Amino acid sequence: MTQFERKHPGLNLGSHHGAAHDQAEALVFGFWVFLMSDLIIFGLMFATYITMQGPMAEAGGPGPAQLYDLRSAWIQTLLLLTSSLTFGLASLAMRHKHGVAPVVVPLVVTLGLGLTFLGFELHDFQGMLAQGAGPGRSGFLSAFFGLVPLHGLHVTAGCIWLMVMLAQIAVFGLSDMVKLRLLRLGLFWHFLDIIWIGIFSIVYLAGLTG
Amino acid sequence: MTPDTILPMIFGRIGLDSLPFVPAILNPSTSEFIAAGAAGVVFLGAFIVLGVVTWFGWWGPLWRDWLTSTDHKRIGIMYIVLALVMMARGVIEGALMRVQQGVGLDGGFLSDGHFSELFSTHGTIMIFFVAMPFISGVINYVMPLQIGARDVSFPVLNQISLALTAVGAALIMISLILGKFSTGGWPAYPPYTGLAFNPGPGPDYWIWSVGIAGLGSTLSGINFAVTIYKERAPGMTLFRMPLFTWTVLCTAIIMVFAMPPLTVATATLALDRYLDFHFYTNDLGGNMMNYVNLFWLFGHPEVYLLILPAYGIFSEVIATYSGKRLYGYMSLVVATMSISVLSFTVWLHHFFTMGQSANVNIAFGIASMFIAVPTGVKVYDWMATMYRGRIRFSVPMVYATGFLMLFVIGGLTGVMLANPTISFQVHNTLFLVAHFHNVIIPGVLFGLLAGYHYWFPKAFGFRLNTRWGYITAVLWIVGFCVTFFPLYVLGLMGMPRRSVSFTDPSFEPLTLIAMGGAMLVLMALSSLMIQLWISVRDRATAQVPLGDPWNGRTLEWSIPSPPPEYNFAVIPQVWSRDAFAADKEAGIAYQEPETYDAIAVPSNTSIGMVVCIGGVLLGLGMVWYMWWLAAVSFLGIVGAFIVRSFQTDTHRIIPAAQVARDHRVWLAQIAASPEVTRAQECSPANRGRAMNERPEPSL
Amino acid sequence: MKDEPNYRQELRSYLIGFVLALVLTAVPFGLVATGALAPLQTLGVITVFALIQVVVHFRFFLHIDLSQQKREDLHLILFTVLLLLIMCTGMIWIMASLSERMH
Repeated sequence: MTQFERKHPGLNLGSHHGAAHDQAEALVFGFWVFLMSDLIIFGLMFATYITMQGPMAEAGGPGPAQLYDLRSAWIQTLLLLTSSLTFGLASLAMRHKHGVAPVVVPLVVTLGLGLTFLGFELHDFQGMLAQGAGPGRSGFLSAFFGLVPLHGLHVTAGCIWLMVMLAQIAVFGLSDMVKLRLLRLGLFWHFLDIIWIGIFSIVYLAGLTG
Repeated sequence: MTPDTILPMIFGRIGLDSLPFVPAILNPSTSEFIAAGAAGVVFLGAFIVLGVVTWFGWWGPLWRDWLTSTDHKRIGIMYIVLALVMMARGVIEGALMRVQQGVGLDGGFLSDGHFSELFSTHGTIMIFFVAMPFISGVINYVMPLQIGARDVSFPVLNQISLALTAVGAALIMISLILGKFSTGGWPAYPPYTGLAFNPGPGPDYWIWSVGIAGLGSTLSGINFAVTIYKERAPGMTLFRMPLFTWTVLCTAIIMVFAMPPLTVATATLALDRYLDFHFYTNDLGGNMMNYVNLFWLFGHPEVYLLILPAYGIFSEVIATYSGKRLYGYMSLVVATMSISVLSFTVWLHHFFTMGQSANVNIAFGIASMFIAVPTGVKVYDWMATMYRGRIRFSVPMVYATGFLMLFVIGGLTGVMLANPTISFQVHNTLFLVAHFHNVIIPGVLFGLLAGYHYWFPKAFGFRLNTRWGYITAVLWIVGFCVTFFPLYVLGLMGMPRRSVSFTDPSFEPLTLIAMGGAMLVLMALSSLMIQLWISVRDRATAQVPLGDPWNGRTLEWSIPSPPPEYNFAVIPQVWSRDAFAADKEAGIAYQEPETYDAIAVPSNTSIGMVVCIGGVLLGLGMVWYMWWLAAVSFLGIVGAFIVRSFQTDTHRIIPAAQVARDHRVWLAQIAASPEVTRAQECSPANRGRAMNERPEPSL
Repeated sequence: MKDEPNYRQELRSYLIGFVLALVLTAVPFGLVATGALAPLQTLGVITVFALIQVVVHFRFFLHIDLSQQKREDLHLILFTVLLLLIMCTGMIWIMASLSERMH
């Protein structure tokens, strides 16, 4: 199964990409270290959320059972998971040099899925704010609004980055520079999907259990 | 629209009384005069610097050679300059506090609010804007040279890290002339820093300056770690790296993983203050103890982040000036790694008294005591390195000796404090203040000053004045002892820390002695500046262009001083530990390579300056509620990054012929220069070509 | 192109990952929606399935496995997980102890 020399985490371009494959080593490793650092931020926000459960932190305000919508969480999960797959298809097409269109089409689909995800998430938040369940209501809601929108902000940053990359593909084609950036954006995107596993499990599913 | 609605939209909450001169006139007191005077000094200092640069027409060179440079060596020097400027302020604030407590029986001359601002800025500055940039500077300068690299992995990111650190420093300087700084201590605990207790701009200054600088440190950590992993010269396996590089690797890893808790703590505190969140408020289910917990999740690894590079510097210094291989290299590496992992397991010892159960306290207390073990191993290794060595008692060795003796005392009081029962007795007293100054000054500061003295000739091509070096070192050591040993006793007598005055007359003799010590420390700082001035003045007699003034052992001494911007004309091949010493021993140092290649170096970029200026404006906009300014500068920074990402030409090529010419000139100088013995080390004869005086001793 | 045959193989790997992830999410969502198990058991299933799904994502989307090449990526992840465990369990332990003693 050693199809190609692995130089860094995530999908490798492979030696048939020449210099870009060599340059990828330090760049992608560096980005990977950054993601691990970011993971600590998320981990601490998760831990803060866990410590801010219960009547004391809810301060008489609404709790998970009154606020969370399982159906919406399920849709958001599917959207993100599918976008991970479509990004993977784009990465594979890039690695196997299938041309520009097979890379761009799944990327556009990924962007669409990402934006739809954000739409659902914002809709959920709006519903909560309309019930008076904003971060100003209780410590528990502060922890919720510190954690889940943090992931949403990351997805927003990912979408902006993806738009910039689509523009760069239009300007430069699949140049080495563009390919190296897409590799890192791919890592970012898959990483956010892993964070989402934590969010739907710890926040939504555990919150709605029992 | 009336001026009453328009002015706040433009200037946020800045008013005339935000300038410290106004309260000094309206409400004259010594405290206000000192605040206004400090603001005046900042104004005057900025004015003089701008004037001098303009008068001598240095803007062009400053911009081209420094501010837009991506060369790790220049970035390193800029970090150290920033650290020294901030150190001047930090030391003066410290001395001011010692004077206040010296005369603080039933009063003193400072108001309690001003005193609180002083200890908050002093701590914040000394940790984030002296120790951190000094360390980043030394690492930036030395580490790539030690591993035989042309630069760090991400030179532009490196420039951005410096810019972010500078933003934090600038904000804290601006807080002297615009508004007041936080009074919540350097960890900025809520509720002191909560909106309900302090709605003013002070805590916001702290949040933005520390938050932005912390982001810069995270990025630095990533950069250093990747550089060490990916840019080592061929043959330099991990276990052939110089010990300083090992400590840098561990420090970089700590930066990557310990800065995030700080980011979380500052960001959530900001959410509480700006968007009505309730993470740490008294009401509505907030839990301020979680802030303490998060802050020290960062804060404890942070102190090891500071001390580890200092250990690395002492390892290099002691080996070089003992003329010996470092004793117990493997044990030092293992000790460094254990310290960096253990540093993440002890944070609770900063808040034993918070109210958790005794079981929790005991677990963290035992973990804290464990750290003394690897540290003890290191101390023995350093002593064994000196044993039977040919020690030259140079200035860095004076610092190293002071370190070994004083740091052990500081470490032992740390073991005492790791015991929860003792901590309950002496927490929040001057005993604690004495303890952490006792590890940070002899540990971190002496280490950095030793490194400054040791590597200065590498960076600038001339040695620092030795006489003034000894004077400075002795003043630091004596000044430290006289200032801080009395505080141990005062703490045991029950004098609380952070108190502007006291009522027990039995404290007074010791506070007066400590005040005298602070004056010695001020003299040490002045003497450090005098040394620099005299060294620059007399540089003609201390030139070491050949690069190896101390008979160095590692790769950074195998190139000219100052090094060319590409560092190594050809990337060296490494065969063993202490690569350069081994080459000199085998007589194969200074050889001309068969071929030279063209070298690509990253071209200059102004993105760092965009981040720096945009970041300061962003911070000011947020602190003073000038939302338009914050939004514009944030979008400006993001836009600049997007625009830059479309730029493709980011390198410039230095032709092989030029590399070859410069290298051959230097090799010819080497061949023509006599080798100097160690006895001539501090004489003008030492031009940087060292004689190998005797074979390696067996131990 | 010598890489051509691998394309199908790699595509299949992504699809396997996707299907596995889908199953691993659907089960806990279904359990919570229907309330088929007792709360404590449901929480157990959620935890176990989430951990498995994290591994699936790492393996099939991020291509981190136990192969001999480039172990430092794996070391980095394991070290990060170690620190996360120390930080998060420590934090929850401390805060739980505090809140218990405040009652």
